[in-house]
Amino acid sequence: MSVLVLVEHDGSHVKDATLATVTAGSKLGEVHALVAGNNADAAAQAAAKIAGVAKVYVANSAALEHQLAEAVAPVVAKLMESHDAFLAPATTTGKNIAPRVAALLDVMQITDILSVEGPDTFTRPIYAGNAIATVKTKDAKKVITVRTTAFENAASEGGSAAVEPVDAGGDPGSSSFVSAEASESERPELTSAKVIVSGGRAFGSSEQFHSLLDPLADKLGAGVGASRAAVDAGYAPNDYQVGQTGKIVAPEVYIAIGISGAIQHLAGMKDSKTIIAINKDEEAPIFQVADIGLVGDLFKIVPELTEKL
Amino acid sequence: MKVLVAVKRVIDFNVKPRVKMDGSGVDLMNVKMSMNPFDEIAVEEAIRLKEKGVVTEIVAVSIGPAKAQETLRTALAMGADRAILVQTDEEVEPLAVAKIIAKIAADEQPQVVILGKQAIDDDNNATGQMLAALLGWPQGTFASKVEISDSATVTREVDGGLETVKLQLPAVVTTDLRLNEPRYASLPNIMKAKSKPLATKSPADYGVDVARRLETLKVTEPAKRQAGIKVGSVDELVEKLKGLGIAK
Repeated sequence: MSVLVLVEHDGSHVKDATLATVTAGSKLGEVHALVAGNNADAAAQAAAKIAGVAKVYVANSAALEHQLAEAVAPVVAKLMESHDAFLAPATTTGKNIAPRVAALLDVMQITDILSVEGPDTFTRPIYAGNAIATVKTKDAKKVITVRTTAFENAASEGGSAAVEPVDAGGDPGSSSFVSAEASESERPELTSAKVIVSGGRAFGSSEQFHSLLDPLADKLGAGVGASRAAVDAGYAPNDYQVGQTGKIVAPEVYIAIGISGAIQHLAGMKDSKTIIAINKDEEAPIFQVADIGLVGDLFKIVPELTEKL
Repeated sequence: MKVLVAVKRVIDFNVKPRVKMDGSGVDLMNVKMSMNPFDEIAVEEAIRLKEKGVVTEIVAVSIGPAKAQETLRTALAMGADRAILVQTDEEVEPLAVAKIIAKIAADEQPQVVILGKQAIDDDNNATGQMLAALLGWPQGTFASKVEISDSATVTREVDGGLETVKLQLPAVVTTDLRLNEPRYASLPNIMKAKSKPLATKSPADYGVDVARRLETLKVTEPAKRQAGIKVGSVDELVEKLKGLGIAK
């Protein structure tokens, strides 16, 4: 089986989500990688070094600069004439592009796979991860998004794939990039952080959220996450959200502070290796999944913890 | 300008889903069902566009069992003008749903189709993107802000923050959580909704084959985490963190 993997990149670097997607793709067959962008040759060179990638296609054009789905999907669909499966990481970029590719190919997407059980058979979470479905596709070509926390990262060095330019297609012209508002942060990205400290609504305000959590995160070299309630209340920006509809994370240590543990939050972090919960309500559902719990007032505990670390 | 909104009847978001003993799926017998939360946001956005005078008519569409009528009546009570139920007892996959909505869009000629980004039962996050592909329209997915004039400007919630795109009309928009807070239907509006038009169709009326492409072999419960220990003080917690190697 020949497999095409969408490389997630910023023009020069390959994002980690790509590496887990390559691992998933390798379970199906020989992996070819697609770098779609503008002047993305540096990213293509980086992709060529990923262990397990046999070939890199690079499509460069102004229309592909921001990797908008309208421009990327036709490039993928064209390459799928000579491939059997397309895999994208289940990031916001992958989730935007892959279903568009699937419809162009008249294929039902297999979303957010957790494992490859056979050439046509996969497991995937449904109902916010409260159930795991084993599904078998009848489609000849496969379009798949990959839950990146469920697969090991492929080594980013060690490969030496050839880089081949491919047709970048035209400019569909129906959509254009206006602006991006990136959250500036020196901290590790949530999806690759080893340690995450995450705050909930109990923090009471944006000021308290940041003045208490940021120093703790700095001490631990941790990424900062938030529950949906904290994001909805405006304490933290949207890209902090961990949960069913936010980011799915699985760090070594996840510290949930002032988070009760709603189903949709647990869906985003329950695969963390060790979960630590700090909450004043000892009945909070978060304690049912926590390896280590501390019952008490976060406004006292967090400063004391930060000081003692 | 006409807007089409798609709504799905799903398990209520407050209900904890239970996997059936025989592994055939999730037990939905006697379980509270509601409109998919993201679809409520889609309906609300359409209504706000109408209140701003941008939109003149809102058509709500659902593909599902006869009971999905209730979901459409909710949309009508919130403020949609009329509804179309494409009735089937099959579990219809996003690809077939997108094909049916594409046919309805061809009939109705809306300038915008608004859908929830994801249904909280199958968690696919695919129908809107598939619909946009089938229609050859641009897509503004995971929207947290939508402005519509002679084009659509959509701010999207992405992994690194926010991204704003400009789309030619007609376009597909899928909603994220923070786009708006959906209203509750008032009692008079619930009464009024009962007399709003609701047409019932079948997938065959649109010539769409809803046979599933994915066969579900089994559905199981995920591995359960066991509750661990409780520590009594910050000092004990610090010791534990040291044991995990993340504190010195």
